[in-house]
Amino acid sequence: MKINKGLSTYAGMLALAGGLLAAGNAQAQSEATECIAPAKPGGGYDLTCRLAANGLEKTSMIDKPMAVSYMPGGIGAVAYNHVNGVRDDDPNLIVAASTGAAVNLALGKFGQYDADDVRWLGALGADYGAIVVNADAPWQSLDELMEDLKANPGDVAFGAGGTVGSQDWMKAALTAKAADLSPRNLKYVSFEGGGEALAALLGDHIQVFTGDLSELKSQLESGKIRVLASLSEERMDGPYADIPTAKEQGYDVQWPIWRGYYMGPNVSDEAYQKWVERMKELSESQKFAKLREERGLFPMSRFGYDFNDYVLEQVDQFESLAKEVGLKQ
Amino acid sequence: MFDFLIHGFDVALSPLNLGLALLGALLGTLFGALPGIGPINGIAILMPLAYTLGLPAESALILLAAIYTGAEYGGRMSSILLNVPGDAGAVMTTLDGHPLAKKGLAGPALGLSAVSSFVGATIAIIGLTLFAPLLAEVAVMFGPAEFFALMVFAFASMAVMMGKDPIKTAIGAVLGILIGTVGVDSSTGVLRYTFDLPELYDGIDFVVMIIGLFAISEILLMLENANRKDGNDGLPPLGRVFVSLKEVMACKWTMGRSGLIGFIIGILPGTGASVAGAVAYTTEKRLSDKDNSFGTGNMRGLAAPEAANNASAAGSFVPMLTLGIPGSGTTAVLLGALMLYNITPGPMMFSERPEVAGGLIASLYIGNIVLLALNLPLAGVFARVLTIPRWVLVPGIAILAFVGVFQLHSNLAAIYLMLIIGVFGYLLRKLGFSLAPVILGYVLGGLMEQNLRRALSISGGDLGILWQSGISLGLWIAALALLLLPWLLPKLWQAKTSKA
Repeated sequence: MKINKGLSTYAGMLALAGGLLAAGNAQAQSEATECIAPAKPGGGYDLTCRLAANGLEKTSMIDKPMAVSYMPGGIGAVAYNHVNGVRDDDPNLIVAASTGAAVNLALGKFGQYDADDVRWLGALGADYGAIVVNADAPWQSLDELMEDLKANPGDVAFGAGGTVGSQDWMKAALTAKAADLSPRNLKYVSFEGGGEALAALLGDHIQVFTGDLSELKSQLESGKIRVLASLSEERMDGPYADIPTAKEQGYDVQWPIWRGYYMGPNVSDEAYQKWVERMKELSESQKFAKLREERGLFPMSRFGYDFNDYVLEQVDQFESLAKEVGLKQ
Repeated sequence: MFDFLIHGFDVALSPLNLGLALLGALLGTLFGALPGIGPINGIAILMPLAYTLGLPAESALILLAAIYTGAEYGGRMSSILLNVPGDAGAVMTTLDGHPLAKKGLAGPALGLSAVSSFVGATIAIIGLTLFAPLLAEVAVMFGPAEFFALMVFAFASMAVMMGKDPIKTAIGAVLGILIGTVGVDSSTGVLRYTFDLPELYDGIDFVVMIIGLFAISEILLMLENANRKDGNDGLPPLGRVFVSLKEVMACKWTMGRSGLIGFIIGILPGTGASVAGAVAYTTEKRLSDKDNSFGTGNMRGLAAPEAANNASAAGSFVPMLTLGIPGSGTTAVLLGALMLYNITPGPMMFSERPEVAGGLIASLYIGNIVLLALNLPLAGVFARVLTIPRWVLVPGIAILAFVGVFQLHSNLAAIYLMLIIGVFGYLLRKLGFSLAPVILGYVLGGLMEQNLRRALSISGGDLGILWQSGISLGLWIAALALLLLPWLLPKLWQAKTSKA
């Protein structure tokens, strides 16, 4: 049976309830690997850690199960500071990250540390942004929406599950920019999570939802929404095959939401390379491909220095967008 | 049309699934009862386990749903026994539940709350079975403006809680609203009152808030009283154990009304068991508190929030099952579980995977009966917690509180924050403030602000949007009536009698 760190803490709690003073937090396992999810259990970072943990275990690339621990706080900042300040050279520790972390780094929300203060390890999968309207909406293509947006920016309310400046907002801002509309004039409504934004779209309270492809799967079948464009390089397969990309409709907006990992700044090159090789091998295995698909993720493979450069470049790009909109001086 | 349900009972009554429902009910009750672990954590932790064990989709879902409903049952225990809400939905349960325990009626209070939970949940599950697709359509009609009006209504209904000291209630609510503003502002991402501490970016966590405000302050009060040498050990008498049928019947309309309120609020995405409990409690106080005994151990004041929080848990399945939209944090995690099994919730699920949709609904019926059967006889056992001497109980609560908060945050900052809030709560209580308005201000204030700002960003700053739709207009009128009628009615009455 698999016992991860979170579970053993709970086992401890249960034991406590029974009157036994079993200390919960298992800090042992010096040889064992660990993945920190910088959030509470159940969210996207949890999923990212489990993708690596389950994948590495199923492919027998690690002999002991990988522990998944949770470190919520500061939308990932607490974990980022922890890895920089405390466990900066732990060769067995990886931390889950995503495009959202890159956005927060660009906005300077991770405190004194910058994007180049950690060693970016690699990404094992990605989701892609999507431009979604209600099935009853007048727009049949991205072009029609863009025309209306240019003519009457005040009549089209965009909404998504993040604040202004978050990665959900970036999708809307980049779309507006592609229509030569300044993101400052964009009507954007922020919700708590994609689910609430989707509900607002179905109730016609907002007109455009900038969501992610994978979270739209069930809605596609129900026929209640229309996806005008996917913000990917190429069309996706399966249920998404009919969705045109923004690029093929003449608007160069792409928004991959990668799910990857970083390591402490002082991890040795040797340990770093070992992880890079491990992740590479994992991403090529058939068993892993199945796991990734079950979690609604599309293939993405960038590792080592290639990934490191990719993240730093992305952070730069977000930073200039944020400056342009006045989110950052 | 109910083929899926018949099929569902077939699925749910298989020995494996029945066993899982039982296990889930037990675990859920435990998760709910322990302060700090709510249904979300319970499900998030057990979900990967269910998947790893290779349980089929419907079995996994039955297990997780049983945990969810079980937690709503369990949350009341520490509310009643210790004056510490076990989870978000059980905040209002402390108001009359704990005074009942102090009177020596812990057993009957636990029994009554089990029955109320059962009635509330049953009403909601029947509603879910019969009207789910229809209700989903209504739920999406609630946009930011409607939610704002709903929050105005909720605040207006809080006015009845003001009771003897309206100023203190108002101050308490405002303090709660203030605490709720800490963290990243949800619409612009600006940091508010975070003092450059990343630990504060996410705001003050609900669990930290509840454990600090209720549990830590309770511990401090106990410590203070422990040094009194007046021979009073402070242990409440342990009276009779079982709730009488007469007491249950006296609350039957309360349970019915509150179950309905809880169900409706549960359906709306974004509002949860805590709002349901608050609205049900205040509505019930208005309707049936003839002798002004709510808050001092009134059975109806206990039955109302308990029926409502269980009903809202079942209600939040409506948008999840029919639209694929999670109505609460817990259903969001359940939705994640479904995705793991490659099942996409939505209208198609009822036709494509009837064993999952039907099995889940059937297991809610069964789980609910299991929970009642489990909780009624055990009321007497749990009530014995009160006979634990203080030198055992106080450290016990303290350990639970610390471990609970630490396992959730894995950092000491959360513990310090909990202690600060605890001292704050202790001071408030010494000054004669009630803690419920603080918590309600904290929960409702955030929702109110977010929705106001969402509505105004949609309208481009035009306030008119707030009362444009029929739903919001209705809620505004109801809120005004709540505020004005108690003041107006006696005057009208006087005018009438003086004329006569």
